[in-house]
Amino acid sequence: MIARLTAWLHRHPTRIAALLLLTLSTPLARQNLESSMTAQMLLQIPLLVVAGLLLSRSLPRRTLAFVAAWNHRGISTLVLASVTSAFWMLPRLLDAAVNDPLVAIAKFLSVPLLIGLPFALGWPRMGFIVKGVFLLEFIATFFRLGWLYLIWPERLCNNYLLDDQQRLGQYMLLIGVALVVAVAGKLLWGRFDSLAESRPASTAPAR
Amino acid sequence: MAILRTLLASLVVLLAGGATLSATTGRFQAFTTEAARRLAVQQHPAQTPAVTLQLQSGARIGLADLRGKWLLVDFIYTRCPTYCLALGSEFAQLQDRLAGPIAQGQVQLVSISFDPERDTPPQLAAYLQRSGDRGHGWLAGRPIDSRGLGQLERAFGITVIADTMGGYTHNAAIHLVDPQGRLVEILDSGDPELVAQATLRRLDR
Repeated sequence: MIARLTAWLHRHPTRIAALLLLTLSTPLARQNLESSMTAQMLLQIPLLVVAGLLLSRSLPRRTLAFVAAWNHRGISTLVLASVTSAFWMLPRLLDAAVNDPLVAIAKFLSVPLLIGLPFALGWPRMGFIVKGVFLLEFIATFFRLGWLYLIWPERLCNNYLLDDQQRLGQYMLLIGVALVVAVAGKLLWGRFDSLAESRPASTAPAR
Repeated sequence: MAILRTLLASLVVLLAGGATLSATTGRFQAFTTEAARRLAVQQHPAQTPAVTLQLQSGARIGLADLRGKWLLVDFIYTRCPTYCLALGSEFAQLQDRLAGPIAQGQVQLVSISFDPERDTPPQLAAYLQRSGDRGHGWLAGRPIDSRGLGQLERAFGITVIADTMGGYTHNAAIHLVDPQGRLVEILDSGDPELVAQATLRRLDR
């Protein structure tokens, strides 16, 4: 089942990305996914990232070569993706993305194009240490933000209720734990550092 | 060469990102909408709209008619079991603390309902009474149409969302409007003494 889904994703990445972006930008999807802080941060934004990851597979060879020339070990693209994701963790922007159409457009463009796409371009080039640092930060972010949302006594977003914020905090801590377990498992039994060496030409994100 | 170019590209991204982040957060001071709107009115006082309110007495008054006084404005709905009750008793305490300036016509307290459908004049009057209204210098009113309400919410930066118990959750604060009708400061609710001091400082200037 999963293998067939993966195969399908690999065959039509651009179409699926376009379909995903279109679906997410419909008023119905926006209303549903932006009605709670949990859904916006754990469903909408990650799905926009996925659209960006898929889009990376439709870039022409020349563009890929140009980016690669400026992207030793995937550092530049990782910096771009990290800096951009910092913006979409700010409560102020999560609020504004709901109320202000310009900020909403900025979100729908920047999350796929400046987070998902560059990350997918950089991941196969990242060495063991860079990957390790990234994963550590990625996991730590879930714990830091999750803890903050869980214990903060006031609402951080004017558009969302306090219990929504606390539920988001709980989910983020759970995701953090799941990621630690997954990475630990891969370190113990997987072939963690073989990706960059064995698949240098691939731009697909490892799972 | 690729290493140097990568360094350059990363630096450019970091600088551009840092500059944008600084601009977005008011130089790293405002990470939430609440902090941002406080900072924004301090830096650029915003003109408040001349919306017409129907008061607890049933009479109508334009916010523009109150120019010439310092206004302390809060937003409420009278069924509110939490914030608005606290805000109400805080306004009653401010009536005592600012009794002098109120008697001289320098200061006026105004509670505006964002639930005008339900908050009829009798409801507003009952809210004032429940909150311990001292009987001077405090008006409660509802916008006479939804357009006026929208203008007020935009100008003051009020976000009202439905909660799970059939009521509303909203950002509660006390808004200081100067005699020219400009929103100049947004104060946290919870400590009437701080609000009184901030108001008196403005009067002394």
